[in-house]
Amino acid sequence: MTKLHWKIGTVLGLLILSIWLLYPTVEWYTKTPDERAKLEAVRMRPERILNLGLDLRGGTHLLLELDVSKLEKKEKLNDAMARAIEIIRNRVDQYGVGETPISRQGDRWISVDLPGISNTEEAENLIGKTALLEFRLVNTSDEAQAALSKVDAMDGSPFNKDGSPVPEIAKLMPKGTILCKASAGQDGERTRYYVLDATVPVTGAYLEGARVETDRQFGTPSIGFTFNKEGGRRFEQFTGASVGKYLAIVLDGVVHSAPVIKTRISGGSGVIEGSFTMEEARDLAIVLRAGSLPAPVNIIEKRVVGPGLGEDSIHKGLMSSLAGFLLVVLFMAIYYKGGGLIADLALGLNFVFLIAAMGYFNATLTLPGIAGMILSLAMAIDANVLILERMREEMALSKPVAMIIPTGYDKAWSAILDSNVTTWIAAVFLFQFGSGPVKGFAVTLTIGLLIGMFTSVFVTRAIYEFWLTSNPKELSI
Amino acid sequence: MIRILHKTNINFIKLRHVFFAISGTVVLIGIVSLSVKGINLGLDFTGGTLVQVKFDKPVNIGALRAAMDSGKVEAAIQSSGDSFAIKVKGTQENVNETANKILAALKGVQGASFIEEKRDYVGPVVGRDLAKKALFAIILSMFGIIVYVAFRFSNPVWGTAGVIGLLHDVFVALTAMSLTNREIDLVIVAAFLTIAGYSINDTIVIFDRMRENMRNFPKLPLGDLINRSVNECLSRTIITTATVFITVLVLFLFGGAAINNFAFAMLIGTVTGVYSTVALCTPMVYQWEKKGRR
Repeated sequence: MTKLHWKIGTVLGLLILSIWLLYPTVEWYTKTPDERAKLEAVRMRPERILNLGLDLRGGTHLLLELDVSKLEKKEKLNDAMARAIEIIRNRVDQYGVGETPISRQGDRWISVDLPGISNTEEAENLIGKTALLEFRLVNTSDEAQAALSKVDAMDGSPFNKDGSPVPEIAKLMPKGTILCKASAGQDGERTRYYVLDATVPVTGAYLEGARVETDRQFGTPSIGFTFNKEGGRRFEQFTGASVGKYLAIVLDGVVHSAPVIKTRISGGSGVIEGSFTMEEARDLAIVLRAGSLPAPVNIIEKRVVGPGLGEDSIHKGLMSSLAGFLLVVLFMAIYYKGGGLIADLALGLNFVFLIAAMGYFNATLTLPGIAGMILSLAMAIDANVLILERMREEMALSKPVAMIIPTGYDKAWSAILDSNVTTWIAAVFLFQFGSGPVKGFAVTLTIGLLIGMFTSVFVTRAIYEFWLTSNPKELSI
Repeated sequence: MIRILHKTNINFIKLRHVFFAISGTVVLIGIVSLSVKGINLGLDFTGGTLVQVKFDKPVNIGALRAAMDSGKVEAAIQSSGDSFAIKVKGTQENVNETANKILAALKGVQGASFIEEKRDYVGPVVGRDLAKKALFAIILSMFGIIVYVAFRFSNPVWGTAGVIGLLHDVFVALTAMSLTNREIDLVIVAAFLTIAGYSINDTIVIFDRMRENMRNFPKLPLGDLINRSVNECLSRTIITTATVFITVLVLFLFGGAAINNFAFAMLIGTVTGVYSTVALCTPMVYQWEKKGRR
């Protein structure tokens, strides 16, 4: 086999590979939205396909910040972040959203993408709940009673903004106790407070499962939970040692119920009763199952694109890109004739390779991403214009065809390389913008430049060389 | 063979003072516009809330303004068709607070109901972070380009001239954004970097030709060498610019609101990118090297 055979073989091989890589993407997007939604729900979404960004398909992007000040002292930041991401992922998964990219950004930020969801209040509650479940003993000493009656006599909240009790209450509190609010009762009822022991014998970290249970008589929902082995053992030990005392079940710093411990509780299960609505109980069961966050998270960025707007922008963006693309293709064919057609062929291949590569890397196409793609295609066209203009110059010197072609490529090469590298330098610094539209731009532009250099130089040259074997006398450029 | 240009022989070097004057004027306009009108920084950098809604019936923008006033929301309102973007910039600590206020105020618009199309909330920390990253990206990529050009042409004068051209182009694009009151957001930063890449690309093609002609005609005076190189590349320059310009123009006209500002910045950048190469970078090299020789 000659060198030329190898070149043609490489190009055809890559084309077949691209079509094979493209197949899942094409198959996926030719399905109806309902079919796609069904498959996503059962996690049958193919892995290596081109994704649409939230700006194109609609959905919600949230950026969360872990409140490090509320982190336990001994916990390392990296561990806490890893745990928080894991837990948020669990929660979102239980919620049944399809594929949801969740990633750490910077030191203490977590980015969560929820494709297809534009009514986010529910999701925000689900993700934002700390879900720290604690079992504490109620302190029933006289000092505690005195503190509580002082609280009852107060008009406003007994807490400072940071959550600690106001000084006049704090000085009344017994040593080693904390003040906690009870969950809201019926309307009009005064908020109740509890004084609890500061030590926490058992936490929700030992939970194995949680589910919604309904009271047979009244149908009011409650949450049943089971401990794992270790948790069951601790709970048994703790309740055994505290018979006759009150056990407060505290969730995110709010006391939900405080039943009296009648006997040692073995078997490792229990029930949280409170005035929950059905939805609240369901969400709580989900977050308890998923585990508690190491510290509260705050939403510091939120971007929602409704489904209609996404469709509109994809339609307009794609249609106008296509129109621009066709205009350029037409221009090249008219202006450079045969040479233009070869450049157009390379451009078509470029497009196929680019989409296939993006599918393989599981990249996300955003609106600026489409712009990046167009720019990379424009750069590829520019490379061909450089080559063709060089060929024309050589042709003006009446050189034979077999010499025009290699000289054209050789002379154009340094300019093509330099211009691609400089554009790439500009694009590469955009990668630091985590996720989202701008990164989409950087990704498509970078992949596009690489592929564009290949198609506009290697592929077109292989075509010319193949054509040269027929010993042509004239070059149509 | 169709040719846009036959062999040209324009003396660009002779015209350099005209070009310098034009660029000087444009830059002056830019400085005035930036200091008087300023830059309209987008939500991405200032932080704030944007709610975009679409009404089922045509609604007067005045009715919306009145509704915002009575809801005590100080917002900027932009309309495109039946869609309205209501924007409140500035530091907002809580994610849904301002959006809820806007939505509540919108209920005051009588006789038409709306759906929420889009909502953005950018917290103050995020805004500062994005602004920092954007600045970083721009500075680092410029630096990277200088280093690469200086390395490839082993001539810091050429590299610097190329980067001045690039800065000129980004500045002109920024001026155009300021004059037309368009917002600078993250996507525009991407456009600026693309303009930078495109501008230097164009310059490099000419520098590349100059390097080649220097080897082929070592005796040629610098002015003639530059003129020859620019003229030789002229049809390539025009064709490439035209193809990019057409594509971006189609995006600008029909690409929809989401990409309109990006396309606008790119349109300006495409034109200045070529202009700066021919009218700024190469004459600057001439001026500089001539001085050095004296």
